[in-house]
Amino acid sequence: MSTRKKVLWGIGGFLIVVYCLFPIAWIVSVSFKAPSDLANKSFLPSGGAATLENYRLILTGGASDLFLPALRNSFGICLIATAISCVLAMFAAYAIARLDFPGKKLILSTALVVAIFPIISIVTPLFNLWRNIGLYDTWPGLIIPYLSLTLPISIWTMSAFFREIPWEMEQAAQVDGATTWQAFRKVIVPLAAPGVFTTAIIAFFIAWNDFIYGISLTSTEAARPVPAALGLFTGASQFEEPTGAISAAAVIVTIPVVLLVLIFQRRIVAGLTNGAVKG
Amino acid sequence: MSTTTLPPTKKDAPVSAPSGKISDRARSERKLGWLLAGPAFLVMLLVTAYPIAQATYESLFDYRLTDPDNRSFTGLTNYWVILTDRLWWEAIGITAFITFITVAVELVLGFALALVMVKALRALRPILRAAILIPYAVITVVSAFAWQFAFDVNSGFVNSWFVWLPGVSADTDWFGDRWTSILVICLAEIWKTTPFISLLLLAGLAQVPEVLQEAAKVDGATRWQRMWRVTIPNMKAAIMVALLFRTLDAFRVFDTIFIMTNGANGTESVSFLAYRQTIARLEIGLGSALSVLLFLCVVLIAFIFIKLFRVDLSQARGE
Repeated sequence: MSTRKKVLWGIGGFLIVVYCLFPIAWIVSVSFKAPSDLANKSFLPSGGAATLENYRLILTGGASDLFLPALRNSFGICLIATAISCVLAMFAAYAIARLDFPGKKLILSTALVVAIFPIISIVTPLFNLWRNIGLYDTWPGLIIPYLSLTLPISIWTMSAFFREIPWEMEQAAQVDGATTWQAFRKVIVPLAAPGVFTTAIIAFFIAWNDFIYGISLTSTEAARPVPAALGLFTGASQFEEPTGAISAAAVIVTIPVVLLVLIFQRRIVAGLTNGAVKG
Repeated sequence: MSTTTLPPTKKDAPVSAPSGKISDRARSERKLGWLLAGPAFLVMLLVTAYPIAQATYESLFDYRLTDPDNRSFTGLTNYWVILTDRLWWEAIGITAFITFITVAVELVLGFALALVMVKALRALRPILRAAILIPYAVITVVSAFAWQFAFDVNSGFVNSWFVWLPGVSADTDWFGDRWTSILVICLAEIWKTTPFISLLLLAGLAQVPEVLQEAAKVDGATRWQRMWRVTIPNMKAAIMVALLFRTLDAFRVFDTIFIMTNGANGTESVSFLAYRQTIARLEIGLGSALSVLLFLCVVLIAFIFIKLFRVDLSQARGE
């Protein structure tokens, strides 16, 4: 490639980075603006007026009893839902990748149908049912429907990963004198672990992103997750726009996913594309 | 343990299996297969098939949670009420419009992003990959807030930055009017989901055989011809799968609308309409009927894609 071309593609790459980070930069900037500074019409807080007031408000101040329980709910519910769906998907994906049985297609197609299912169609009946059986506004009441988000993608992604594992190596290890358990633990587990781990990250992203279940199936801080809490946030008093507090909370919930992206980017891309497009 | 004399027991044999013709080994493999995959399969059915069946049943009743004792069977009345209401058709129109615009823009933009990722210097790729994953990983609600605050008439910067554009002034209220609201909703949706499409297209680009490109180059094809005659036809399957997934996803648009306008100014999508009937108005009967109709819309879209555009899902399944 000529230097001119290199520079042009470099500029293209730079534009992509700007495109991806611009809204995030904006919300970070807003989160540091004082209420009186919000209407300054500029991108950054005006001259040295950056303040941590918004963060104080949601972490220790008046809004903390809204935000902190929501953060705990989100982490707890999403981690449990991710763990359950990963375990279930692990068995299913093993069977799909390794065994020959009728119904493989049925299981994968079902996962596809569940993945494209309109969430609101699940919410309506669950709303009524959960109220009747006491699951409304509880952790299990969100973990169960979250499986409809996390399980299909887990099955797809993991079976795509498992298909690429050289399973013959298990027999090879046994021929070399390893017991079945040793062969499994020393050969298969290290080969399968990255796929399982990547799947878990993607499933966690999807659960973390949920909004509809969160606002529909909870009513208090007993189970309400962060996105729902953000959506229903109404400021310290009704005369005060909660823009700054929402931005600070938004920045805090974005930090975990950005960290995961930065650390595991290569794997996440492989996971996202492996499951969907494969030659 | 493997004896060949054991007669095949009916209980273990799947209905479709030609009994007695499969070996013990195959049969135990089937059993193990369903034993391992069964729980996941059951859970998937439980969290979707059961609710939609329940919704179908409840959609046949006039049933409000504010007045639960007066539940009465009304047959298909709810469907009639919805399908003759202007609100439903407006919601369908808005949803279809947002879906079409966002998916179309995302496809073009996503393709451009994928091309840049392919051509960019090797050293830049990890940076681009990380950057492109960020919109994908950010919560939709957070993205909606970021875009809303940017366009907000009081606290936003858009009005002061783009005041030179015709129609934009210092006090343009983007959320005061239907089409400007929808424009901002579409922008936020496009920002958030283009990366996903571009990653799928990037994987598709990698599958185009290099020899074909070389051959076309030798035959004197221009860059543009190679793009349209070689690259795109060879990644048609990847494009179609990306389109199918994004279309169905876009048709469920809800979060961004809830945050930005709360359905005001005629920006209500089908999902939002169903949500409002059930959760806000506690009209379980009507809400259920809406849920069923939305489900049917999604099935119809998937059917059109698979039958009409011949999307090969075995490609998607990785077979």
